[in-house]
Amino acid sequence: MTLSDANEAQAAEIIGWFPRPRSALIPLLHLAQAQDGYLTDGAMRRIAELVGATPAEVKGTAGFYEMFRFEPVGTYLVNVCTNISCLLWGGEELLEHACESLDVEVGGTTDDGMFTVEEAECIAACTEAPCLQVNYRYRGRVTPADFDRLIEDLRAGRAGIAGHGVLAQVRQSIPAERLAGVVPPEQAREAPVWLARNDVEAVR
Amino acid sequence: MGTPSAAGGHPAPLPDRSAGDGYLPHAPGYVLNDGPKLITGRFVHEDSFTLARYESTGGYEGLRAALEMTPAAVHDEVRSATLLGRGGAGFPAGVKWGFLPPGKHPYYLVVNGDESEPGTYKDRLLMERDPHQLIEGCLIACYALGLQQCFLYVRGEMALAQERIAAALNEAYEAGYVGRGICGRDFSVDIVMAWGAGAYIVGEETALIESLEGRRGMPRLKPPYFPAAVGLYGQPTIVNNVETLSNLPWLMVNGADAYKGFGSESSPGTRMFAVSGHLRRPGVYEVEHGVTTFRELIYGDNFCRGIRDGHELKMFIPGGGSAPWFFEDHLDLPLEARPVGAAGSMLGSGAIVVMDDTTDAVRAAWRVVKFFARESCGKCTPCREGTTWLEQILRRILDGEGRPSDIDLLLDIGDNISPGPYPVAAHDGADAVPFPPRQTTICPLGPSAVAPVVSTIRRFREEYESKITRRDPIPLEVVPAGAPQ
Ligand SMILES: Cc1cc2nc3c(=O)[nH]c(=O)nc-3n(C[C@H](O)[C@H](O)[C@H](O)COP(=O)(O)O)c2cc1C
Ligand code: SF4
Ligand code: FES
Repeated sequence: MTLSDANEAQAAEIIGWFPRPRSALIPLLHLAQAQDGYLTDGAMRRIAELVGATPAEVKGTAGFYEMFRFEPVGTYLVNVCTNISCLLWGGEELLEHACESLDVEVGGTTDDGMFTVEEAECIAACTEAPCLQVNYRYRGRVTPADFDRLIEDLRAGRAGIAGHGVLAQVRQSIPAERLAGVVPPEQAREAPVWLARNDVEAVR
Repeated sequence: MGTPSAAGGHPAPLPDRSAGDGYLPHAPGYVLNDGPKLITGRFVHEDSFTLARYESTGGYEGLRAALEMTPAAVHDEVRSATLLGRGGAGFPAGVKWGFLPPGKHPYYLVVNGDESEPGTYKDRLLMERDPHQLIEGCLIACYALGLQQCFLYVRGEMALAQERIAAALNEAYEAGYVGRGICGRDFSVDIVMAWGAGAYIVGEETALIESLEGRRGMPRLKPPYFPAAVGLYGQPTIVNNVETLSNLPWLMVNGADAYKGFGSESSPGTRMFAVSGHLRRPGVYEVEHGVTTFRELIYGDNFCRGIRDGHELKMFIPGGGSAPWFFEDHLDLPLEARPVGAAGSMLGSGAIVVMDDTTDAVRAAWRVVKFFARESCGKCTPCREGTTWLEQILRRILDGEGRPSDIDLLLDIGDNISPGPYPVAAHDGADAVPFPPRQTTICPLGPSAVAPVVSTIRRFREEYESKITRRDPIPLEVVPAGAPQ
């Protein structure tokens, strides 16, 4: 598996926004993960070509970041926060409840491939403790009963959450005529024109 | 919830959050209370993230005002406002901007939207609820400094923030606020959203730059201390926090003098604080900087309204997971960097975590240490090994398998990461050790892991000792007095 035609086009556009192609690496890996749910060897090889790195560099970099997966996970990745603010409102018990009710260990995936449960670090919703994310969409002040309802909704396809790997539903896009212009650093040695206005002021 | 809280053993029914409490359903956790709202004023509007709403509520007027001034005058305005960085270190933005070496173009602007410090919740709100305000802030900074390229780095786990920023950038490009010839002038800037993929350490500015260069997010060796000298692609780079930049539109419309009309002299303006934990009204508040005290924030009717019913304060973290802990005696300190630093901690990222008398101090410390052990990037040994050891020792103490020497061992490991007296609050006649800690490591993450350990050992040593010496009780047969032998 490699990148779809639509994603090839998208990748080319993203690379064009950075002064060096390698800077597009993480956004492109996300593109691949949104496509397949995890990073396939084929996609990583293709991305290596696109950004001018070796496949080993790509995999080595991806491995540093917890969100990237090298194997399929559940359609819904459930991340329960147990960090300090959530701990104080029962985050650990919520994680325990999640594992018990889905019959998985922390990090495990249900037999039907629907859910993977993980322990999250602080997800910046601390006043909403205990909280969790499903495919990086938030739910706050979650009681065990809320959790069970959420799982029901997800099973029934009522929660409106896309499959694993999909993050933003809107992508940045820059019309060619609006782009100020991206060049490698060594080709942009001049001060931008408007900065010179300081000198005009000094003369005045 | 009915089940015992892991932090103590007290049942934790979630506090009631009824309408009219100041909470806004579309901005979870944010509390609209009385007080100046310089950066969260638009949150009341459900559609605050759209260009239409932004423009109809004074949007992009700060940029227009800036464009009427010379770039140097804009920089002067920011310098004279003493706008302090909101990412953690509290360094004045105007001074940091002045570190750019003249003539060494191109310069880059990198926006730090990686918010992941335990307890911190404010940048996400700003990105989700008012992305145009942030974009306008970026443009003002770019104009002042002569930057043609800005990278807005959003934390990987924040899908909605990414969506809102992407949509806002699309609108802003379309409307001529970003890109070529902004507002019909000779001012051109590209703003590109980048996003992370799950690594707390990427919030450290040099690690952020590594990540933006498409590498593992590991901090760079210092010196140079500031990316303003050597940053992205080796070029001068300004890294600023989301909240810092979100102040610029208001500042340019109203001026530095008006800005200094709020807060204290050394910490002007307002600041967002996420106040979480065992509170009646936990929330994210925009607060006057420097003049409000911890007591007002935690107990004030206009803020969190005190500890949940029937309980008392035991301790609080004043500035995010990396900060040493405070207690009852520190409630009257103002929310201002200098006095908080002198008292042995830091204001950090505007994250206050309040723990009541049901909280197990060792368990709470362990959870924060576990975070740092998981997030250590592994580049330096004292941090990579030390944070893991700290976590394992705390774990065995909690499991009832602690050894009498463990308290000293914890302190000794801490001393290897951060040599000398570690910043800590005054207690029992012993003076406070002021912030910041020293470090044997490349970045402050390692020393941060020592904070909860030293804070709790100094204050609650007997809790450690009782866990360590606890043995299964030997059953005693009580013989009633006067009974036949
Ligand atoms: C381990 C570590 C994590 C950090 N995480 C963040 C973060 O998530 N967001 C942030 O703005 N700054 C973070 N910082 C601080 C940044 O390095 C940097 O000082 C800040 O982004 C500068 O912006 P400011 O001057 O506007 O505050 C972190 C620092 C360290 C050492
Ligand atoms: S202190 Fe820890 S996180 Fe920071 S560079 Fe060293 S190993 Fe990495
Ligand atoms: S501690 Fe759970 S979201 Fe911050």
